[in-house]
Amino acid sequence: MKFIKVAQEWLGACSGCEIAMLNMGEKFFDLLKKIEMVHMPLLFDHKTFDEFQDAEIEISVVSGCVISEGHLHLLKKIREKSQKLCAFGTCATHGGIPSLLNSWSTDVALKEIFSSNSKKDHLTFPNKDLSGFLDRVYALDEFVEVDILLPGCPPRPSLIREFLSKLIKGDFPSLPNKSVCDTCPTLRFGKGRKGIIKRPMENPEYDPNEPIEKMRCFLEQGYLCMGPVTLAGCAFDDGPPCIKARTPCRGCYGPVYPVGNQMLEMMNALASVGIEWKTIIDRRSLLRFSGAHGLLGPYPGSKQNKK
Amino acid sequence: MNANIHINPITRIEGHASVKIFLDEKGEVKKTRLLIHSLRGFEKFVQGRPAEEIPRIVTRICGICPWMHHLAASKAIDNCFDIRPPLAGNLLRELCHLLAHIGDKILHFFFLASPDFLIGPEKSHYSVRSIIGIAKSFPDFTSKIARMRQLVHEMLESFTGRSIHPVASVVGGFSKPMLEEERKELLKAASKLLDFALFSLEFAKKDIFGPNQDLFENLGTIETGFLGMVDNSGNLELYNGNLRLMSKDGGVIDFSPEKYENYIEENVVPWSYSKVPYAKIWGKGLSLKIDDPKGVYRVNSLARINVVERISTPHAQEALEEFRNRFGRPVQNTLLYHWARLIELIYASERVIQILNKKEITDPCVRKKAEPKAGRGIGCVEAPRGTLIHDYTTDKDGCIVKANLIVGTTHNTAAMNLSVEQAARSFINKGYIDEEIINRIEMAIRAYDP
Repeated sequence: MKFIKVAQEWLGACSGCEIAMLNMGEKFFDLLKKIEMVHMPLLFDHKTFDEFQDAEIEISVVSGCVISEGHLHLLKKIREKSQKLCAFGTCATHGGIPSLLNSWSTDVALKEIFSSNSKKDHLTFPNKDLSGFLDRVYALDEFVEVDILLPGCPPRPSLIREFLSKLIKGDFPSLPNKSVCDTCPTLRFGKGRKGIIKRPMENPEYDPNEPIEKMRCFLEQGYLCMGPVTLAGCAFDDGPPCIKARTPCRGCYGPVYPVGNQMLEMMNALASVGIEWKTIIDRRSLLRFSGAHGLLGPYPGSKQNKK
Repeated sequence: MNANIHINPITRIEGHASVKIFLDEKGEVKKTRLLIHSLRGFEKFVQGRPAEEIPRIVTRICGICPWMHHLAASKAIDNCFDIRPPLAGNLLRELCHLLAHIGDKILHFFFLASPDFLIGPEKSHYSVRSIIGIAKSFPDFTSKIARMRQLVHEMLESFTGRSIHPVASVVGGFSKPMLEEERKELLKAASKLLDFALFSLEFAKKDIFGPNQDLFENLGTIETGFLGMVDNSGNLELYNGNLRLMSKDGGVIDFSPEKYENYIEENVVPWSYSKVPYAKIWGKGLSLKIDDPKGVYRVNSLARINVVERISTPHAQEALEEFRNRFGRPVQNTLLYHWARLIELIYASERVIQILNKKEITDPCVRKKAEPKAGRGIGCVEAPRGTLIHDYTTDKDGCIVKANLIVGTTHNTAAMNLSVEQAARSFINKGYIDEEIINRIEMAIRAYDP
């Protein structure tokens, strides 16, 4: 029996997506019995895509954002060698946390990082044998065609398993366009605390002996919660994990619709319940998981150096 | 003949790196460089963010040790806002820290490093020299380690919601108290972890360290100083303590993590996006010359095991004594990082049980109310990969204006370069290189778990 070939690669990434994959536990090993894993640098000493024919790999699962020329080169090569490309995790689908860097040009940012502690007169800048940086942080689909989006920071292990099983069968899985609120059982009375957004300097009101069904919604308690504008997918049967930890959602699965804008949508959501969005101290943070696709740009007035 | 050799990427490590080996005209190693490719600019883009959000942002520095970044940042932001969490808040944080250490050590030792020893670097196919190869040869064993890793993640999720990119540590403490039922369940699971930790060291002594004695003596071995955390009596400490810098002759200097800038300094080099810290207090600067390195110290398991006087938990102390009787102190053999890692696995498992047995752990008061303000805060923990320092400055609104982060692996940049060069020099002859040699050079890096 011929197994289908699957490759897994990481670009500008933290490896949390790969760890989530391993968190399938023994089921990860069961899955590996059904495929031929041809590349996965976390686990295998397989180094390059050069040996593969065009479109030889059935499925490539790629995590991370594109920030360097090296990433871009590798991404294009993977696209060439793969029939289907799955953007794996929110960095790959929407830029993820690294796309917060898009508030500056990369040149400006790097200069500062490498000058901060240097007492020398001239700046040593790493450039020897290293791949250069792009002008900003990109998601995969800004450069190549992406067939499947699996967002999440990281995606929940059971969701990864579901997607991979469907991919292996030849399907094109996707998440339904529901919001985190649609999967959150906290109490909503429809009339929240009007006025200003409270910064989370203390825990919300709740009884720790009761499940989250008995806790009042974060937004109605006056705290910023990105649930209304974030794609559902994180929740287990008993609700979203951050809410179970009694902390609000920060939007890690990206927008409910792939082309959405979490910042604008959140401002709308707040305005509609009578909260003054201008009282959010750092509105850029509303795009902290989805600042690619040109959504997060340099601060007004700052110089943008083009490469 | 190849003018130089590029091993790209280094595989079965947790980051993005490659090795360049420069050869002379006779094909002998002239010099080597470990190139760190990844840079995402956290120190820059946290600027302007409200400080209380930082513990939920910097987790993305590392998906393998997100808890350590989450907690170092929490401690630093507490200091910026000048607030001390209640006892239960601190205990819950330390418990998470230790559980995350356990998961990390199981992942690194069994999933990433052990194939080098159990399968061997000799010309075996890449798919065989991996955890998948081990799964085929030893299915029951693999199920066991997969289950133990899984158990740690389930334990963390059971009372904090998330095990990867956690959220439960918050400025001023913890987001929720632990319930008595949760504590009892965790205690049951923790005793399984301790059994497994004890099994791991026995297994490794018999099947990994024993049969590979020659490798453990020589591969990547260099002479350096060490940095690690200790408590007030010099015991091993992973969560909260002073830092101890040990020179290669064994002399020590203890200092508070807040004073780190007086002892170590970061150098920028043209060939790596990772900065290169060195011990400036020794007054000799930084030199990576293989026959006479200067300023180089190491962190991570072997460093911690070297700097401590003793370990406060009985099984780990016993393992430490055996280790010292065999290898002395300080131990310079690079591959013994693996052995030291397993001693720490035992300590972390024992300490988890100790903490879960404290009655204060279920105290409902887990957080104090904070007020945003201007300040500077330094938070330091021992991450699996070494001393982790988060240093933030806030403005009057409590937003970040400056950040400096020294992550565990960064401290080891200089030492990893030396170990790679040592390994390359001993294995490469007349320019000849094959897959076995490549893997042996990678093993020198893997020991540091970068």
